[in-house]
Order: sequence, then C-alpha cells, then structure tokens
Amino acid sequence: MSELNSALEHPTYNYKVVRQFAVMTVVWGIVGMLVGVLIAAQLAWPALNFDLPWLHFGRLRPLHTNAVIFAFGGSALFATSYYIVQRTCQARLISDKLAAFTFWGWQAVIVSAAITLPLGMNTSKEYAELEWPIDILITVVWVVYAVVFFGTIAKRKTSHIYVANWFLGAYILAVAVLHIINSMEIPVDMTKSYSVYAGTVDAMVQWWYGHNAVGFFLTAGFLGMMYYFVPKQADRPVYSYRLSIVHFWALVAVYIWAGPHHLHYTALPNWAQSLGMVMSIILLAPSWGGMINGMMTLSGAWDKLRTDPILRFLVVSLSFYGMSTFEGPMMSIRTVNALSHYTDWTIGHVHSGALGWVAMISIGAIYHLIPILFAKPRMYSTSLINTHFWMATIGTVLYIVSMWVNGILQGLMWRAYNQDGTLTYSFVEAVAASYPGYVVRFLGGAIFFSGMLVMAYNVYMTSRRDVESQALPATANAV
Amino acid sequence: MDINDLRGLSTAFLMFAFIGLCIWAYSKKRKKSFDEAANLPFADDEMNQRTLQEEEKND
Repeated sequence: MSELNSALEHPTYNYKVVRQFAVMTVVWGIVGMLVGVLIAAQLAWPALNFDLPWLHFGRLRPLHTNAVIFAFGGSALFATSYYIVQRTCQARLISDKLAAFTFWGWQAVIVSAAITLPLGMNTSKEYAELEWPIDILITVVWVVYAVVFFGTIAKRKTSHIYVANWFLGAYILAVAVLHIINSMEIPVDMTKSYSVYAGTVDAMVQWWYGHNAVGFFLTAGFLGMMYYFVPKQADRPVYSYRLSIVHFWALVAVYIWAGPHHLHYTALPNWAQSLGMVMSIILLAPSWGGMINGMMTLSGAWDKLRTDPILRFLVVSLSFYGMSTFEGPMMSIRTVNALSHYTDWTIGHVHSGALGWVAMISIGAIYHLIPILFAKPRMYSTSLINTHFWMATIGTVLYIVSMWVNGILQGLMWRAYNQDGTLTYSFVEAVAASYPGYVVRFLGGAIFFSGMLVMAYNVYMTSRRDVESQALPATANAV
Repeated sequence: MDINDLRGLSTAFLMFAFIGLCIWAYSKKRKKSFDEAANLPFADDEMNQRTLQEEEKND
C-alpha cells in the first residue's frame, strides 16, 4: 500500500514503451531501407529479381513503402509521441498495459505486412495495400493508441497542452479517419477484398487518403516531433509560440484538400483538379511558417550547429522540409504536372521529403532519446553521429538529384513530337536513357542505408551497461 | 440565394476565421500564458530524474 501511495505522490514516466519503439525504429529503418536499396538495384540491374515472384519489384515496392513509412516512421512516431505527451503533460501514460498492447500490436501489423506483401496479397491501393484482416488489426491498435494518447492529455498536470501534442493529436485523429474510410472493403475470402468505391470516386478517396497520409502521418506527426526536440536539443524555447498556433490551424485546415493534385488530367472533374491545385499552392504558407519557426529557434545559438551533430540532423531535416514543401506546390500546378507526372521526378520529390525530412528528423530525435532511455550522459560516439549525418546528407542529395535529372529527361522525351505528329522516342528509349540515373540513385540509397548501420552500432554500444560513452572531441571545431 | 452565394459566404467565413485566429494568437493578453506554454519542454526535469532512479532500482 505504501508503495502505491508513493507512486501516486511521486509519479514516474513510462520509458519502457518509448525504449521499445525507439529501438524498433532503428531495426525497421534498416529493414525498410535495405528493401529500398534492393529494388533500386533491380531497376538498374533487372536480373536481381532472380526470376522469383517473391522478389519481384511489384511485390517488394509496397513492402519497402510500408516498411519505411509505417514500420520505421510509425515506430518513431509512437516512441516520440509517448515520450513527448508524458514529459509535456508531466503525467505517466494512462495505462502501461494498453501502451504495451500498441507496441506488440503494431509489431504484429508489420510482421504480417512483411509476410503477405511478398506473397502477392495486395488491395492495390497505394500506401494501403494490406488486406482486410490486417486493416482491422491496424484499426484496433490505432484506437487503443488514441485512448492512451488522449487519456494521458486528459490527466495532465500542466494547464497548457503543449503545441507538439496538438500536432500529434491531429495526426492520430486524422489517420484513424483516413484509414477507416479508405479501407472500406468487401472481403471475398481471408486474403482478398474489393474496395466499396468504384471508378473515379475510388481514385479520389484513394488520393484523399494518400495525400493525407503524407499530410498527417508524415508531416503533422513529425512536426510534433520537431516542436519538442528542436527546442530541447537547442536548449531554448521555440522561436514563436504564437506562430506555432497559426501554423497548426492553417496546416490542418488546408492539407485535407490537396489530394486531387495526384489526379491531374484524369477522369476527375476539372474543377476538383483545380481545387486540389489551388489548395496545394496555399499549403506553401503554413509549411514554410513551420519551417521558419523551427529554424529561427536557433537564432542566437547557431554556433551549436558546429559542435552538435544531433542538432545538425534536426536543422538539416527542416531545410529539406522547406525544399520539398516548395517543390510539392510547384509540381501540383497542372502544367508543371504535365511534365513531372509519372516520371522519376515524383520519386525524387517523395524521397527529398522521406529521406531528408522524415528520416533525418526521426534519426535526430532517436539520437536525442537513446542516451536518456538508457540512462547515459550521451551517445556512445558523437563522431559516429557526425559520420552518419554526412552519409545521410550525401545519400539524400545523390538520390534527389539523379531523380530530378531522370524525371525531366523522361518528361521531355515522352512529350517530344516529330513534325508529322508521331512520337520522337519510343518508351524503351526513355528507359535506356534513365540507366545512369538509376545507378546513381542506387548509390545514394546505399550510402543512406549504410548510415543506418553506423547508427545501429552506436545505439547498441550506448545501450550496453559495461561500455562508457567516448570522450567528446578535444576541440569543438574538430567535429 | 443559390449555391454561389454559399461559396462566397464560405470563403468569407474562412477568411474571417483565419484573421480572428491571428488576432487571438497575437493578442498581448495571451503573451504570458504562451510564454509559459513554450517553456513546458524544460519544466519536468524532476520527474525525469525520478523515473531514471526508479528504473535503476528495479533492475
């Protein structure tokens, strides 16, 4: 009884579930990116599918996207949201058991995805490929996640709900709505279902879901991460709390309308395409508002970037965020889209967001978290974090640039006409011309992936009790 | 009143909602409470320390 009283009077945080998700972030990051490197290599050297159906690009590509978005990104979001909500509400998660359920439930989702996708079980909805039994499991885990998160906010000891929690709350709520509506399907048997939507409506629901997976899963959630870890790592409060409030409401109000820009020049009515395009262009304002708010948090402390590679991860991720949220609205303009759509430019755009923004801010946050969760003063090796930082940056730049070149090349070759109206190039000529870009992309991806191995080693050494952290470099400038 | 009036009204509504939000967020009255909120990430070291000590004990 006295123990119970002391727990009530002197509450502690649940770091166990944060630790589990943080470690799995690294593990799934490695798995997901390895699959990505393999399929990038297949595009350069097609023989690498070994004539096995399970290793075919068409089956491994959804495995790659699901693994990096929902396994790597998802674990990072679970870890950081559970950590941030506890620390800024000064309250323990409402239930350790429910939190543990979300951990094991989410791992079960990931493992089922890793088994069913290579077997070819697929709803054919992009970023929602998993079949209906897994969809139900996702829904259950997600509802419990919402209960744990919002329940913890409800019992907070602080009067305010810190802005990071607003973003995380919006992400949890929106993903629940998106997943349930987009996954409405009629099962035929255990492994096959058909969407209840048909034709153009199906396409619109799909891209309403698809773009908001970007907007709420990959943006709002990670902005929540940004609003906690950038101030914390820079050791100063966010540049403007007022701007963060305007940023929040503007971002969530506009993102939900941007989906139709995925369906330019399709059977979708023209007015809907225009609406999606206009809303996408407006999105530049809240996106850059958030980026500037994060960056300016460092004003007066820019010198910290020289000595702190974790802060460098966080700030460079914001630069990539700013870059891709400029590129996105530009690509959503219908006439620009006429050139860029269906080319590798899209893949480059996605990865400047995915590698540059989502992965880099997650990596920075995990480097911040791991020493705290394993009760160490800092990561085992700060110079290895620096090595990882440069591998990640160089890898991302090689990836993006090669896809820009390929995309514009493909777009121009596809639209080139001869005077008599026939096409100048056959499709396969554009494929052959893309070959050097595919090799460079593979290299960039492989470098980024190798950086994750450096991280795994560093995390492992930090987690070991018998190993002390290495001394910091003698002079700050040497880093 | 037809659908176009509704469209115009909804645009005006959103514009005023946005302007209202900005005025609300930037009003002087709220400065103090927002400053407090902005410092929340730095306000819970005690509970963090206690958590780490408890974990040490239980191992």
